[in-house]
Amino acid sequence: MEYFLQQLINGIALGSIYGLIAIGYTMVYGIIGMINFAHGDVFMVGAFIALISFLGLMAVGVTFVPLALILVLVVAMLLTSAWGWTIERVAYRPLRSSFRLAPLITAIGMSIALQNFMQVAQGARVKPLQPVITGRFEMFAGDNFAVTLSNIQILIVVTTIVLMAVFWLIIDRTSLGRSLRACEQDRMMAALCGVNVDRTISLTFVMGAALAAVAGLLYLLYYGVIDFFIGFIVGIKAFTAAVLGGIGSLPGAMLGGLIIGLIETFWSAYFTIEYKDVAAFSMLALVLIFFPSGLLGRPEVEKV
Amino acid sequence: MEPAVREKPRLLPALWDAAIAAGIAFLLFCLVLGVRTVDGVYGLTLQPRPVLLAVVVGIVFFGRLALNLFWWDRDWRFPPLPFFSRTAKDAKDRAPRDIYRVGLVLIGFAAVFPLLGLVLNKVFGANLPLLYLIDLSILVLTYVMLGWGLNIVVGLAGLLDLGYVAFYAVGAYTFAILATTFGWSFWMCLPLAGILAAFWGIVLGFPVLRLRGDYLAIVTLAFGEIIRIVIQNWTELTGGPNGISNIPEPSFFGLEFAFRGDNTFHQFFGLPYDAIYGSIWLYYIILVMALITNAVTLRLRRLPIGRAWEALREDEIACRSLGMNTTTTKLSAFATGALFGGFAGSFFAARQSFISPESFTFIESAIILSIVVLGGMGSQLGVAIAAVVMIGGFEALRHTDSLQLVFGTGFDPTLYRMLFFGLAMVAIMVWRPRGLVSTRQPTVTLNKDAGSISKDLVSEGSG
Repeated sequence: MEYFLQQLINGIALGSIYGLIAIGYTMVYGIIGMINFAHGDVFMVGAFIALISFLGLMAVGVTFVPLALILVLVVAMLLTSAWGWTIERVAYRPLRSSFRLAPLITAIGMSIALQNFMQVAQGARVKPLQPVITGRFEMFAGDNFAVTLSNIQILIVVTTIVLMAVFWLIIDRTSLGRSLRACEQDRMMAALCGVNVDRTISLTFVMGAALAAVAGLLYLLYYGVIDFFIGFIVGIKAFTAAVLGGIGSLPGAMLGGLIIGLIETFWSAYFTIEYKDVAAFSMLALVLIFFPSGLLGRPEVEKV
Repeated sequence: MEPAVREKPRLLPALWDAAIAAGIAFLLFCLVLGVRTVDGVYGLTLQPRPVLLAVVVGIVFFGRLALNLFWWDRDWRFPPLPFFSRTAKDAKDRAPRDIYRVGLVLIGFAAVFPLLGLVLNKVFGANLPLLYLIDLSILVLTYVMLGWGLNIVVGLAGLLDLGYVAFYAVGAYTFAILATTFGWSFWMCLPLAGILAAFWGIVLGFPVLRLRGDYLAIVTLAFGEIIRIVIQNWTELTGGPNGISNIPEPSFFGLEFAFRGDNTFHQFFGLPYDAIYGSIWLYYIILVMALITNAVTLRLRRLPIGRAWEALREDEIACRSLGMNTTTTKLSAFATGALFGGFAGSFFAARQSFISPESFTFIESAIILSIVVLGGMGSQLGVAIAAVVMIGGFEALRHTDSLQLVFGTGFDPTLYRMLFFGLAMVAIMVWRPRGLVSTRQPTVTLNKDAGSISKDLVSEGSG
């Protein structure tokens, strides 16, 4: 039982990170109907920016950890947003009216380019960071197993909840959110009603990239090690999460992220760690067979 | 009438625009390129690289300025390339026979190229790097075959498959395991590998039948990853990460290409030993296999099943309402594509004589898919050209010694290959969204004068 609880905590922390990335996928899919394959690598870039800015702050003498983390968060969100904006501008906007596979190919190309750019710019070796946030609570001890909740796990879950709340407010209450939802429903009609569609789509990418940057920072703090290749597998799992939850649905992305995180953690804990990805992907296939549009997605109505 | 005086480009807005671009470039690169993380004694340390950052930002600034001043409001155009026409009119002018002729010429060249090189080298004493050229051609032809195989699934049936490499892996491992365990020959294993891969195609096909578009893409991607992970971890059967080595090469009607042995090719024909004979034989095997793929595809397009695939690509609902069985149509497309993937896989294993899970990562699927899409989906010639451009160009980056003169001797071009590859995928796609050969012969036309379909009409369905 204690072991189960411990894995539940670990799974939720991991799932929160997947959820944050999955939101970027699901928003972009919702608004322009493409798989932004480079999003996982935007997350990787965000993690690198967080690492470098953190080391930079330490080097210039900002050693008070909470202040440093807030500064790192701001820097990482800003700079990663710039990446998200640029990728959309360079690789996707020229192909907006093209057929569906075209932006997917540029997205894959962008993903390859980003990975290898980072490999060239920062080297292929893994980048370790000594633990920044230490400390843990012992919640309760069983017979021979103590359930602990580390501070970093609390930070991850709290950050995710706060960001989700902020994000939900933006989508639900602001004019930006309204234009975003309008574009999602019908881009042509939204444009006719005076919504600046290009700007809205750019902002979608910016917001997705900012959330990916947060996920990158949390990943860096949680695992303490990153490399140029983390974006691929984490990105695929986050996309799996988005599809699982019903692509285009924001609560679905979060739910899917949690489910994928939990499956992965429990599978590693109770079965074999080698096949944890197989478990996550098989789950995806199973869910899609029974719920072809995901758990919380709206079924697509095909009109002729 | 006087020619219209061209308005002078306005310098100030151009400068402003370039400055904005440079500012964005600075934001992008200031940390990830301007600072390098280095392993230090106490963890990572930072090493600023202001010069590099300034150079990159400068390139962006002047590049954008030049584009503003000289490129975007230019009043001249490139003359249209003969076989890459853009407009429907060009496409109509070009008879379908032309593409056919180009194809024949290319096939003819491919058929004589190694023999020609051999004669030049052996008889006339030319010093071509023939072994290298043939090896490169084998690589390109493998991708041509894979591209044509995937083209059946993506180009004809309109099913987006991101896990094609799984079938390639199934074919490769089938041959490798059978050959190293039971000592079966390449020619015995080849059909088995194809059939097994096709079987896996059907296995994958069943759960995804109900899925559409991008859901299908992600499930096929997941399937490819599952196969790779299983191969990586099932050590008893596949050797795990160590892979399988000592896979035999295909024999030439029972003759081996080894240096010594009872029954070797060079002894039988009384020739001095040369590694080139084995390569030439492999070259012809893959050439014939690729051409068989092409011929089968072209024939299938004229059969009811091929017509059904293309109809499915254009409109699935219409197909259903006309009483077509979409289940068998989709499954047969998956199985046929997988069959050729399996063939190519076992050829790959035979040629490399060593395989490991490293060779079957997602990046392979992405490369094959990009060849199909860049080639203009559904165009056989386009796929071949795209394979030559992507794989050949990619290899050419190995030999960019001249770049070292520019960037100094510390510059290692091989590091930048994948970077250029990714950027080239983006650039080609933005430049020619419809692919390199953007027209395609219609399979069926109502009247004979209809000509070829223009790029505007070649749209892929929601499949």
